[in-house]
Amino acid sequence: MKCKRCGGSAVVEVRRHNAAFCKECFPVVVRNQVRRAIDEYEMFERTDRILVAVSGGKDSLALWDVLLEEGYRADGLYLGLGIGEYSDRSHERTRAFAGDRGATLRTVDLDKTYGYDIPLAGRKGARSSCAVCGLSKRYIFNKEAHDGGYDVIATGHNLDDEAATLLGNTLRWNVEYIARQAPVLPAEPGFVRKVKPLHRLSELETAAYAFLRGIDYVVEECPLVAGNTQLRYKEAMNAIESRSPGTKAQFFLGYLDRGMPIFHTAEDRVLLVACANCGQPTTTTFCAFCRARAQILGERLVPAERAETPEELARQLADEVLPEELYGVGAEAT
Amino acid sequence: MALRNPDRELDVAGGRLVREVLSELSIDPDTVLVIRDGELITRHERVDDADRLEVRPVISGGAR
Repeated sequence: MKCKRCGGSAVVEVRRHNAAFCKECFPVVVRNQVRRAIDEYEMFERTDRILVAVSGGKDSLALWDVLLEEGYRADGLYLGLGIGEYSDRSHERTRAFAGDRGATLRTVDLDKTYGYDIPLAGRKGARSSCAVCGLSKRYIFNKEAHDGGYDVIATGHNLDDEAATLLGNTLRWNVEYIARQAPVLPAEPGFVRKVKPLHRLSELETAAYAFLRGIDYVVEECPLVAGNTQLRYKEAMNAIESRSPGTKAQFFLGYLDRGMPIFHTAEDRVLLVACANCGQPTTTTFCAFCRARAQILGERLVPAERAETPEELARQLADEVLPEELYGVGAEAT
Repeated sequence: MALRNPDRELDVAGGRLVREVLSELSIDPDTVLVIRDGELITRHERVDDADRLEVRPVISGGAR
């Protein structure tokens, strides 16, 4: 196959574009796609301080690489999840990446800072390992970005991630979740803006980019992830895509163009208040992160001393951690 | 041939296209990188018996 840009020998085929590219041109194509995403959704400016959530995997390191190559002020944030050798390798690859490029890497260790790790959460919490992992990441990335004075958090979600999430939410008609799925989540009081600059690129493309750029990413999958629903949705999408190339992009990018404006009308504006335990914004007395952490550690969250109104008191009582939550009888824990 | 996630070694016949090798193993070409001698190759490349390939899945799951 010949490279669509230069006619050289192709090493990557992108079937949904009916095109292939050589090893010199493909990174340029990827950077163009990222630039298009940043511009189209006005994700950030040159002067903005960006915190890239990095895991040591192909997507987040590819994203960090593109942003650094493009000259953005991008620091990395690595969250140590405590998943044995997998986490050790992930941290080591991330440190090496930052060291090679002279980039700043911030690190938070979940166990040292918050008293639990993901394997413990899987055993003790009422949620699945993946659910607690996602909740912990969203909370800590936001807190670190907020406290560190960053303008925006960038994550490595790719087209496959977004299409699989949209498929899952559509199958269940989770209208509120669909309405919130966007390449940019704007800043709100206490919440730093979140962006997904890789949303136009498939996993094959981000992996090929990382390989061609010589990025030594962690190839192995998280050992706790096997059988999770996100993977099942990806497999379903890939089965359709293999027969009809371009379906995945039409599904997600078509949603952004034509579906998102409709679903946004369904999004209710919620009143945010400060979590009574940590002060981060939440819609309930205690935020989801503090409630999950209390479940895992077997701690009791104590409501604020005085309720201003009967409604406030009722809400506080409703938010107390119940015994069944403590001992993990929830369906997700099994 | 080295297959990743989980890591294992396989001997398969060469003298055919990458896509034919992947088809024999029921692997969707859009879900893997195929690497020969440190270089990416497309599914339209011909491989020989003596070639050593790494087939590296690109799908990742879990929370981001």
